[in-house]
This record gives sequence, structure tokens and C-alpha cells, in this order.
Amino acid sequence: MKVVLRNPRREVDVAGPITVTALLQRFDLSPEAVLVIADDELVARDARLPDAATVEIRPVTSGGAGSGP
Amino acid sequence: MKCRVCRGPAVIDVRRHNAAFCRDHFLVHCREQVRRAVDDHAMLGPDDRVLVAVSGGKDSLALWDLLAARRPTPDGLYLGLGIGEYSDESGRYARAFAEQRGLTLHEVDLAGAYGFTVPDAAGATGRVPCSACGLSKRHLFNAFALEHGYDVVATGHNLDDEAAVLLGNVLRWEVEYLRRQAPVLPAAPGFVRKVKPLVRLGEREMAAYCVLQRIDYQVEECPMAAGNRHLRLKEVLNELEDASPGTKTAFLHGFLERAHDRFEAEPGDVAPLRRCVECGAPTTGEVCAFCRLRVRAARPA
Repeated sequence: MKVVLRNPRREVDVAGPITVTALLQRFDLSPEAVLVIADDELVARDARLPDAATVEIRPVTSGGAGSGP
Repeated sequence: MKCRVCRGPAVIDVRRHNAAFCRDHFLVHCREQVRRAVDDHAMLGPDDRVLVAVSGGKDSLALWDLLAARRPTPDGLYLGLGIGEYSDESGRYARAFAEQRGLTLHEVDLAGAYGFTVPDAAGATGRVPCSACGLSKRHLFNAFALEHGYDVVATGHNLDDEAAVLLGNVLRWEVEYLRRQAPVLPAAPGFVRKVKPLVRLGEREMAAYCVLQRIDYQVEECPMAAGNRHLRLKEVLNELEDASPGTKTAFLHGFLERAHDRFEAEPGDVAPLRRCVECGAPTTGEVCAFCRLRVRAARPA
């Protein structure tokens, strides 16, 4: 399957089927810090992704805040 | 995974609530968390004119979407910060969102109106760009709201943002910042009320809200924020949250409920304010911090 990663944007091939949890472990990513979107639909952690899927692992962390309120 | 409410297939889990949700019930969950934040902290009155601070990112667009049903309808303000293609793209997301929903988006361009950009300010001061960016945002959102008759500025600070800011302030015992870290900063002479209605929702939930509501937002990180201290604090908190879901909520809301009042100002703690001789904004000195920044950073005309 084609997996799109961000920051910077890049594509890698991963053999499927694979669960979302296993996919994130493969890239050493925290489940708290990303969403997984398969064929434009949000998928839960236990979802099994088929080899034909196009998958985006989207970071959710933004860092533009300072120390003050 | 099944939805906690309807037992249908879940699309997202929220571990700190030990819950998973289908699309529809996740959207209900987000609206309910915002309603609770607004009600618990008396953020908004029934007739308040609300100005949403809009960046083009997930939090501000989700916030605007979540508040859009209020009357009077909240307007948005986008600041052009001059961070190259990143700012060009963020402006396009903000304008597209407003246009699709028939909402009013105001814009202020830092370079056009004040003669400098965030990279200019970072270069002139030798400080991290996020410092000049935050200072400019706080000043300009407040000034615009005052000038145009808004009662309140709503920002997209979420649970992760606030927990990371709290951790940073505790690690350095920034007492003045701890005193002012609250979901609501009340109005005062020269200041409109500031509210953070997303304080009960994590940034993963806000990103999921946007995906499920088909809100296009700027996913790429600000190039000036890469590797900053705030992001490192978030990474640390995410590691703790992975091991013990609910840690961020317990840390932030425990502080707000049980410790915040210990940092209340005592007589003599707060310097008296006067008006900036340049712009009229409240300041402890003769010239406010924003005008001092502008003078240092502005390009020759």
C-alpha cells in the first residue's frame, strides 16, 4: 500500500494488510500524535488496512504557541 | 472498536475517556465538550459579538465551525504574518473556509499595516520567531476587537497546547504566566475578554473533527516553529499520555481547579498600566511591547 507521511511530505510503500497499530509501530509514531486516514476516511486504531489502500499518516501536533497566555 | 453510544463501527478512540465514537457521535462529543467549557467558565454571554482568531490550521477552523451556529454569528480575523509560502497557504485555507460557509473573515497584513513580518522581527530582535509571533497576535487580535466592537476574542488553544504551556511554565516557575493561564481572561480597560473554548479537547480530536467535517486545513507545520520548546514539551506529554491516558487532562484541569488560585496577584504584584504613547494600548512602560517590536523590526519605507 502507498503510505503518505508529512513534515516533510513523502510516500513510502508498505506491504499490507496491516493494522493501524502495527503501521504506526513500524514508523515509531505515537498514536497520540497522529491520525490515520485510509482512502479519505478516518480509521480507528484496530482497523485492518488492505494492501490496495492509500493511507495518510497525518500529524496532529502544532507548535506555534509561546509561554504566555 | 465500537462506538460508545450506538455500538456501530468507531472511527476514532479517545483513550482518556476510555471511549471510541462513530462519526456522528464523535461530532456530538466535540460539541458537548465545547458547551461544557463555555458554560463551566462563563466564556460567552448570549449577545456577545465573538471574534475568532483564525490561522488556517485545524484548531481555529474547527473552533469557528463549532461556534458558527451562535447568534450573532462569530466573525474571523486572519493575520498575514509574512512567513513566505506557509502564510500564503494558510490564508487560502482561511478564506476558502469562510467563503464556503458564508462567514465574514477580516484580514490584517502585518507587513502592509505595520511594515514588518515575523521573520523580520525574529532577525531584528535575535529572539525565537514564536515570541514575536505570539506578541503580535495578542496585540493585534485585541486591538482589532476593541476597534470594531467585539466583546470577546476566541482562540483555538486546545488541551494539548494548554498542558504544554503549563508544563513549560511550571518547569521554570513563571509565576506571572501561571497567574494568567486560564480558559478565560476577563475584559479590563483596554482589553477585551479572551476565551479558549477548546480547552477540554485534545489536538488529535480537533484534527479528527476537521477530517470528519471535511474541513480543509493547513496540515504542514509552521517552518519557524520546527523543533521549538513547545513541541518538545508536547512530545514529553504524549509519551506520558500513551502510558497513562488522562494525564494531560489531570495535569491541566487539576491546576485550574486546585492550584490556579494560589497564584492570584496580591496588592503590589501587578504594575499599574498606562496608555502606550504610540498606539494607546495598555502598557506598564511608555511604549508597549508591540510598538517597540515594530520600531526594531520595520523595514525602511
